[in-house]
Amino acid sequence: MHQGRLSSPYVPNTDGDRKAMLQAIGVESVEALFADIPEGYGRPSLDLPSPLSELELRRELQALSDLNSTPGRVPCFLGGGAYHHYIPAVVNHVISRGELATAYTPYQPEVSQGTLQAIYEFQSLVCQLMGMEVANSGMYDGATALAEAALMACRVTGKGRIAVLDTVSPTYLSVIRTYTEPQGLEIYLTGPDASGVQEDTACVVVQHPNSYGYLEELEALGRIVHEKGALLVVSTDAVFLGMFRPPGESGADIAVAEGQPLGVALSYGGPYVGLFTCKTEFLRQMPGRIVGKTVDTQGRDGYVLTLQTREQHIRRERATSNICTSEALIGTAVVAYLACMGQVGLRHIAELTYHKAHYAASLIGRIPGYSLPIDGTFLQEFVAQCPIAPGEVNRRLLQEGIIGGLDVSDRIPNGLLLCVTEMNTRQEIEFLAEALGRIAQSGK
Amino acid sequence: MIEETKTLERNRRLLMDRSVPGRVGVALPALDVPPQPLPAQEQLRDELVLPEVSEGEVVRYFTGLSQMNFSVDTNFYPLGSCTMKYNPKINDEVAQLPGFSQIHPLQPEETVQGALKLAFQLQGFLSEIVGMEATSLATMAGAQGELAGMLMIRAYHLSHGDKSRRTVLVPDSAHGTNPASAAMCGFQVVSIPSDARGNMDVDALRQACNSETAGLMLTLPNTLGLFDINILEICRAVHEAGGLVYGDGANMNAMLGQTKLGELGFDVLHINLHKTFSTPHGGGGPGAGPVCANSLLAPFLASPVVERATHSDGNKETYRLTEPEHSIGKTAAFHGNFGMMVRAYTYIRGLGAEGLREISENAVINANYILSALKDYYHLPYDRSCMHEVVFSAKTQKAGGVSALDVAKRLIDYGIHPPTMYFPLIVEEALMIEPTETESKETLDYFIRVMKDIALEAIEDAQVLKDAPHNTPNSRLDEARAARRPDLRWKQAEA
Amino acid sequence: MNPTDRKYSRDHEWAKDEDDDTILVGITDYAQEHLGDIVFLELPRVGATLNQTEKLGEVESVKSVSDLFSPVSGEIVAVNQVVVDSPEMVNEDPYEQGWLIRVKPSQPAEMDGLMTAADYESFLESLD
Repeated sequence: MHQGRLSSPYVPNTDGDRKAMLQAIGVESVEALFADIPEGYGRPSLDLPSPLSELELRRELQALSDLNSTPGRVPCFLGGGAYHHYIPAVVNHVISRGELATAYTPYQPEVSQGTLQAIYEFQSLVCQLMGMEVANSGMYDGATALAEAALMACRVTGKGRIAVLDTVSPTYLSVIRTYTEPQGLEIYLTGPDASGVQEDTACVVVQHPNSYGYLEELEALGRIVHEKGALLVVSTDAVFLGMFRPPGESGADIAVAEGQPLGVALSYGGPYVGLFTCKTEFLRQMPGRIVGKTVDTQGRDGYVLTLQTREQHIRRERATSNICTSEALIGTAVVAYLACMGQVGLRHIAELTYHKAHYAASLIGRIPGYSLPIDGTFLQEFVAQCPIAPGEVNRRLLQEGIIGGLDVSDRIPNGLLLCVTEMNTRQEIEFLAEALGRIAQSGK
Repeated sequence: MIEETKTLERNRRLLMDRSVPGRVGVALPALDVPPQPLPAQEQLRDELVLPEVSEGEVVRYFTGLSQMNFSVDTNFYPLGSCTMKYNPKINDEVAQLPGFSQIHPLQPEETVQGALKLAFQLQGFLSEIVGMEATSLATMAGAQGELAGMLMIRAYHLSHGDKSRRTVLVPDSAHGTNPASAAMCGFQVVSIPSDARGNMDVDALRQACNSETAGLMLTLPNTLGLFDINILEICRAVHEAGGLVYGDGANMNAMLGQTKLGELGFDVLHINLHKTFSTPHGGGGPGAGPVCANSLLAPFLASPVVERATHSDGNKETYRLTEPEHSIGKTAAFHGNFGMMVRAYTYIRGLGAEGLREISENAVINANYILSALKDYYHLPYDRSCMHEVVFSAKTQKAGGVSALDVAKRLIDYGIHPPTMYFPLIVEEALMIEPTETESKETLDYFIRVMKDIALEAIEDAQVLKDAPHNTPNSRLDEARAARRPDLRWKQAEA
Repeated sequence: MNPTDRKYSRDHEWAKDEDDDTILVGITDYAQEHLGDIVFLELPRVGATLNQTEKLGEVESVKSVSDLFSPVSGEIVAVNQVVVDSPEMVNEDPYEQGWLIRVKPSQPAEMDGLMTAADYESFLESLD
């Protein structure tokens, strides 16, 4: 039986190897290699828990994960920027392949054609989905994609003011603020008809469907925005595009979306991928990586990173962005998802979601004490006005084993934003309606 | 007779070119609620074009793609500054537990206590490892960590009513993200030269420091793979001018348990979980770039951070998301790349303090082993022991007509991923080699032998280097053509 | 060999007096050689005015961006659409078809301060 500490499975070299290597290097001990660290600052103590074996790790992590309630095991009606959709088994299989997962950014194209071709597919399918002309290879998430879109609009127009519709998600708005205000850019809110758009505005930022789940008058907005010499920047929803007109058909100059609904695990908020598209004329102001098709010395088709002079590793402080990732593996999940679904499948998922969400809305709208205060078209999210504070409604739903909706009472009186997707069964939806009914009765 | 090249072309056809109407890659569920009235036709899209392929074809297509990649799982990948170490599989497996991978970011805190506890503990581990007061896990990549850190420095100066600090000092050897991140915060970038030994030129730094200096961005060990021997003096000089010191944690793999950047004088830094803490690089993301700060800057960290509350009714501890007092705000829609946090947490828990120290030691031994074995074959611009990576110059070979690029491409023929080339910018024909601690002596010996052979080939048969690589799906690609006539998406082939 | 019918700047641009009192501007063979494959040019609009040594645009190769500086002061009267559409023309024929802009000079005497082909070649030798 082995006693004492075994070496790490991740470090192959043995004491004997190290001894031979140190000898070859010409030093007595490994400490000699760290001699440049100032005296008194070397080998500090690290107060960390004792190491665990793989068996113990699995137990500990299982125990931690068991402390969480998982949508699907409990009915969950949360949306608000992350959506519970079905992920085909193939998607996880694809992104678990080590050749894709453990490769670096494809700077060496001859040994990265797999990653590069997958990204070219991603750009192609994202363009087709959004109805836009060009796409980059991905941003961190939907919120940062929107913030970068606003920055890009300022570069394109040479203007420094950003108008944001007051129906845009407050979270997304706060990320836009983090990204833009330090550069001296000014943000102001405007109403849903964009009538308040002022001079010197670089862009008008619209969320469509908006943060309450409802469609905006995108085409009309686009006309007003363009008359004022500004760009129309649209943040949209990926599954919505399976059914509804895409931003590219409604005048968007830059269109972004959260890619998570397309085959990416909820994973408590990340990693996700931001979809980023624009008109071709703005290509050179686009942030992020771009893959292009070319030929090799033997005339065969292949793919490379291209238009790299926009990026930080070349243009440094004058780059279009500091971003140095494209969430490539998550983008690959999106491609695998869209390949599995196809146009018929994505439309089907969007329609399932639509019918189920509207079924839920119709049930809830009939419960005494509840109403649907917003009249408009929606896909999967809608606002219910509750008889009591939504926070209290959610608390009582949780007692019944239901994760409720998002409390938006700071913006809509007693507003509860509910989301229903194809993942919610009829039984779950009816259980929610019944529970809401009980809460209304007991609340009186 | 079908030519071989046609077969290759066929195997590489894009999804859209494989599409056949009527095929589908997953069985779809039926509607289980009464159908609802559809919206007006003009709101719906008329056309959506996506590939229609069977499930088997999707799998075969992506498997084929994957086989065209080099990766850590398949090849030695000594790509300098990227820390391409082995990515433990247990980390991926636990990250996929439904209790982690399927939870919604907006769930009530009482339903995600396990996730919050994990994040809270990881914040503590990272703070301890780098010697800082607090950590925010909200930033989703190293470059975003830089952005957040520089926004914190900006916010700190403004909170002290100091509006004059407009410049950020960046060494000439820095990663491009450093000046780009500083510029995104509205700072002007001033470049500081390096000295003949590869350290920062301290006199030049002193001259550049003044009342407009917001701070310095510094990688330690630096991008030459060297520990800057003047680090204490550098931090002091910046602090004396009223500036703050930002640490780019790209090279933290050399520092685990060897020294704490917070104790050396850094005020804020980011860590790349995908480098030091072994989360897979994914072909260019997802990564994660947590930011650690000392007590001066901790109140400015990006939102949210996780805090622990102990209840009066006993020992029950609960965890919740909160916004630091003077936070620079949100940098993501949600809480950061949680999937990466689970992996990094598992990695650290599996290693403990001694395991982490072993990582740095072995990473540094491996790099120095390569340095000493190859320095008679490739020019070594800074002849001193290195940390976790070694930078050679192919300038001797260049004089004979062979470039760093040719050397790197020839390595591919031997199944080795090229090192980082032409970076840092201050080294001519740079070849930056980072073996990491997860490679064995045998692998390094093989690499050394190959590099020696290539040095010989450079003299005797330069053309074989210039034509390399020879056995990849593509030979060298025409990057000029790609940039001149951008072809960035699939288009319907003309009939 | 650099043509002797024109003048040269230290920023590796050439300027050639044309019969119609305009000056044609381009980059030198040395410049195109050092830049490598040129993939994109950002040039000013017709009608814009520039001062001598002011940035007139950018030239991009696959992995570099360099500023272009005007060798003379004046108004841009033409931009070479050929190089905008086919940047490789600057590599292939920097002195003729690869010209960049045509300037109506506001200070024609500036030409006298630029280098002759012989001076430029000595200048290049001093760089190596």
